[in-house]
Amino acid sequence: MTVAAAPANGERRLTIAEALREAIAEEMRHDDKVFLIGEDVGVPGGFGGAFGVYLGLTEEFGHDRIIDTPISEKAIAGAAIGAALMGMRPIPDLQYADFLFECMDELVNQAAKMRYMSNGKLSVPMVLRCPVGTANRGAQHGQCPESYFVHVPGLKVVCVSDAYHAKGLLKSAVRDDDPVLFFEHKLLYGSKGREQAGGMDLTAHVPEEEYFFPIGKAVVKREGTSVTIVATHMSLYRSLAAAEELARDGIQCEVIDPLTLLPFDEDTIFASVRKTGRLVIAHEDTLTGGWGAELAARVAEECLYSLQAPIRRVASHDVPLPVAPVMEQTVVPSQARIKAAIQRCCEG
Amino acid sequence: MSSGTGVERTEPGAAQGSAAVDTAHELDLYRRMLLIRRFEEQVYLLYLRGEIPGTLHQSQGQEAVAVGVCDVLQRTDWITSTHRPHGHALAKGVDLRAAMAELFGKATGCCGGKGGSMHLGDPSVGMLPAIAIVGGGNTVVTGLGLAFKLMKTDQVVVCFFGDGASNEGAFHEGLNFAAVQHLPIVFACENNLYGASTPFHQTSLVPDVASRAPAYGVRGEIVDGMDVLAVREAAGRAVAEARTGAGPVLLEFKTYRFAGHSRGDVRGYRSRDEEAEWKERDPIVRLRERLAVSLSEVVLDNTDAQVEAALDDAVEFARQSPLPRAEDALTGAYATVIGKESTP
Ligand SMILES: Cc1ncc(C[n+]2csc(CCOP(=O)(O)OP(=O)(O)O)c2C)c(N)n1
Ligand SMILES: [Mg+2]
Repeated sequence: MTVAAAPANGERRLTIAEALREAIAEEMRHDDKVFLIGEDVGVPGGFGGAFGVYLGLTEEFGHDRIIDTPISEKAIAGAAIGAALMGMRPIPDLQYADFLFECMDELVNQAAKMRYMSNGKLSVPMVLRCPVGTANRGAQHGQCPESYFVHVPGLKVVCVSDAYHAKGLLKSAVRDDDPVLFFEHKLLYGSKGREQAGGMDLTAHVPEEEYFFPIGKAVVKREGTSVTIVATHMSLYRSLAAAEELARDGIQCEVIDPLTLLPFDEDTIFASVRKTGRLVIAHEDTLTGGWGAELAARVAEECLYSLQAPIRRVASHDVPLPVAPVMEQTVVPSQARIKAAIQRCCEG
Repeated sequence: MSSGTGVERTEPGAAQGSAAVDTAHELDLYRRMLLIRRFEEQVYLLYLRGEIPGTLHQSQGQEAVAVGVCDVLQRTDWITSTHRPHGHALAKGVDLRAAMAELFGKATGCCGGKGGSMHLGDPSVGMLPAIAIVGGGNTVVTGLGLAFKLMKTDQVVVCFFGDGASNEGAFHEGLNFAAVQHLPIVFACENNLYGASTPFHQTSLVPDVASRAPAYGVRGEIVDGMDVLAVREAAGRAVAEARTGAGPVLLEFKTYRFAGHSRGDVRGYRSRDEEAEWKERDPIVRLRERLAVSLSEVVLDNTDAQVEAALDDAVEFARQSPLPRAEDALTGAYATVIGKESTP
């Protein structure tokens, strides 16, 4: 399977929100077992989901397949799991990733374990989209809880940062027979977050033709020989910007978007680390017990003798998120912090 | 409105003959409701102007519930609130300047800029930082109630929550647990007909949240949430019951939020006719008309002017206040920090 599409002139560009909507619509047309269930997803005149991703879908698929629910996360997750066990392919929606904690039991004790407990007789094909990320909403509406789920055998964890991979991976996730948690960053959806995302272009080339991008495969976003950087979401873009700056000083960063956190694409990441001998990991999830720690441990186990310097992690500091912008920006990994970590890693 | 089995109903205006409140007190209720209304209107403009960051969930239209309920509480009583906490905070006595500064993300805010709009609160006046997880307060209040019971104080706690929250498991667990423990709690549901864009009637086959109370052996009551005197009277009875060990009680206030769910909501899911009908019942207009019978326009206008002056002062205070220090973000998650010097 080929990796990131290089956009040529005149090619169609979509935001992540548009790409996700297109993926869901295509999969719903392809398979009538696919349905959407969640809070404020299809109310006429409503929001089309908390971030507008589902706008227009009810018109095409109707209220039988776009199901509005009470505010009942346990029931939403439980219903999705139960329907999946009976062969449906639900896409439950809980609005913000922060609300996953409302249905931890359903996800961790039921969805993740059914296949194993039944000795492979059952599976739970569902995709739960989880918007994450700091956007001035405080401690209960900005968390990046990916790592909790990276700890759960039986789940798959995907983390998308651009429209091309968002669409290709969401289509793969819907067709996957395992429960997939699909993490998206609120500031990367499209035009709305553009300003807060530092004015960057939030569209990417998305081909008209149908395509899939496989779960479990990382992409190299920028090639380099001095140091490997593995980063997701806003930290990915801040890493790419830092890499651009450092190139002027002769540091050639290889920047990898892991895309799937469970399971990691060890081949791509290890090959890069063996080439560069240095590794920096950046994520907006907090530091302690974050997925960066797991990745660092694996690299230490498998690539220690290729390393020329200690692995460096850049993550949100270990505190809840404050709301005041000046404090919030201190907590999350900034471009400056990422750049400093890369420089430090390259000194040793 | 219809009521379920075993649910009492206070008809709109039932409190009007009540001798419990004299005119001066009524004027004060009016002032406090107006303060919330004008606070909400001001902060919306400040948000649009970029002076207030983040997002806002506002409570125009629901002022009578916040003010009427908190009016019967002592300072030592507690409340928990939701993602829509501005009115509750001001009604319970969170300092106006500190509330405004918190929305600005300033160091002088009631949470030092760490909480923001969705987490307004101040323990010194009996309000937890508002809980922005729908239904989040409905279980935590049982712990407050349990502590009051175990410590044999006569405090009560009021749990504010929405119609939407009544479909969370937490609502049911909290209510049932409070009931079997006879905890000093008043569950105060503000049924404003919608949870975000979703109409309550689409999410529940029983039209009244209060009708769920008898299923747990709890007294439920439906109250006109657009009439501050009716709210006050019903809350007064419920709080008295809770305080004397006859609780918990579930009150359902029928009310309406005049503004969108959050800033930027164009309210496409409800009709302008419905909005106009509810605006006819504006609790502040209603009370002003009532007061105009016994008080002169001058007195009422003076009250309005007092509110404006207090708000202007609060906005100015928030503007002039210093930002938090960036490094303050990194402290405060723990009471004791092992191996490092502890910072308050
Ligand atoms: C557990 C949880 N689920 C979903 C949300 C997103 N959300 C925030 S407010 C809201 C609607 C709440 O409705 P209601 O309880 O009626 O309160 P209201 O907004 O009407 O004051 C929703 C769905 C949330 N904050 N927490
Ligand atoms: Mg509501």
